[in-house]
Amino acid sequence: MSVKDKVIQIIAEQGLLDMADVSLSATLEDLGIDSLGVVESIFAIEEEFDIEVPFNANAPQESEFDISSVATIVSAVETLVAEQT
Amino acid sequence: MNRVVITGAGTINALGRSVPETLQAMREGQLGIGPLQMRDLDRLSVKIGGQIKNFDPEAYFDRQKLALYDRVTQLTLLASREAITQSGLEITEELSEATGLVLGTAAGGMNTWDDNFRSVYEEGKNRVHPFVVPKLMTNAAASHVSMAHNIKGPSLTVSTACASSNHAIGLAFQMVRSGMAQVMLAGGADAMLTFGGIKAWEGLRVMSKTACRPFSANRSGMVQGEGAGVFVLETYEGAKARGAEILAELIGFSMTSDAGDIVMPNQQGAVRAIRGALRDARLDPQDIGYINAHGTGTAANDKTECAAVTEAFGAHAQALMMSSTKSMHGHLIGGAGAVELLACLMALRDGVIAPTIGYEHPDSECALDVVPNISRQAKVTATLSNAFAFGGMNAVLVLKAI
Repeated sequence: MSVKDKVIQIIAEQGLLDMADVSLSATLEDLGIDSLGVVESIFAIEEEFDIEVPFNANAPQESEFDISSVATIVSAVETLVAEQT
Repeated sequence: MNRVVITGAGTINALGRSVPETLQAMREGQLGIGPLQMRDLDRLSVKIGGQIKNFDPEAYFDRQKLALYDRVTQLTLLASREAITQSGLEITEELSEATGLVLGTAAGGMNTWDDNFRSVYEEGKNRVHPFVVPKLMTNAAASHVSMAHNIKGPSLTVSTACASSNHAIGLAFQMVRSGMAQVMLAGGADAMLTFGGIKAWEGLRVMSKTACRPFSANRSGMVQGEGAGVFVLETYEGAKARGAEILAELIGFSMTSDAGDIVMPNQQGAVRAIRGALRDARLDPQDIGYINAHGTGTAANDKTECAAVTEAFGAHAQALMMSSTKSMHGHLIGGAGAVELLACLMALRDGVIAPTIGYEHPDSECALDVVPNISRQAKVTATLSNAFAFGGMNAVLVLKAI
């Protein structure tokens, strides 16, 4: 499974959705994921890819990790995974 | 109903090992937060805290006692001793049964849990010290205070996360007011600066790695502290009769629940608690000169708290002062409200308003007078102390000068 699909799977699970219902342009809010859900999704991403995600829940918009849409999350995770190898 | 006054105060926290030391540090805007000293620090991403440095328990307690005292019990006992000494109260056999205590703690004997989990899980030991249970139980600190000072009336521990101390002080206040007890010790403590304790907080991603900057636009989250605060509450008549020095009068208390979110604060829950406390105190909003804020330095708390104060106080919100001393001593979790009440006592007695330090940039969503960085001289006659806990449990106290 690609990084993109794994991230979508994690987000789908958090939003209690089918993977097919998670579009790249959606925001986490669109998918019904609240602030606790965001923190839990990031934890799941860190565990899945064995990476450290730079994210502070106090200032999500200022964190290096861009969570403004599913696409930005996928791309941020791809970058982190690439940096790691 | 009895009038209830505070006649003793005691504390130990990152700013000082007594009330005078702590108040002086608050007056000077000192920073008690610094690099943590603990094992496995390299495995933590949060490496700062309001830790009580170079604390040697053996300087205060004998080894036999220490086998039963978790760090939270040690801190509570020291604060209680100071409070009782200052009050000049002699708990005679007669008074003993009319004296009780309510203490708040979120985690109780966290260090004992942490150490013993390590030994059975990490080190693979199959045996732990026989006193682990009585040492870690959440009511251990309260029990040891009752034993140390011969307190035989109603004694209990309350646990409402970050509002534990305010709930404890509020309940004790009601018990003296109603005549259920003549004297109550009240306050709270926490000592959660353990490897496991910090790891747990890291997980929530609301901890700052640099500083606690409440109400500042560039805030980066909360910083954990540790310590204890304990007060002696008694009837006004009793205090007068024995010629005690009265530090302040407790005149109002309110508690509400958000019935909302397990971590996010709620403006309406906070507003209801503030209004309820003012009603209980029979005060109008404009009577309050200073608020000791919950002020954790998280975006969620600070914005919600400022909006709640603005709603509850109306135009007067712009006239009153509100500061968060967590910027100096960190968030003492269950001990927070007790140590923070000291800032209210200082405001009422000394006319000194403790600052919010670390304040750098104004935030339009926190546009109140937060007494940035430098303490201020001001005459105030009544103060409020806010505590809004995880789980949506809110407790607000009102104090009046005497």
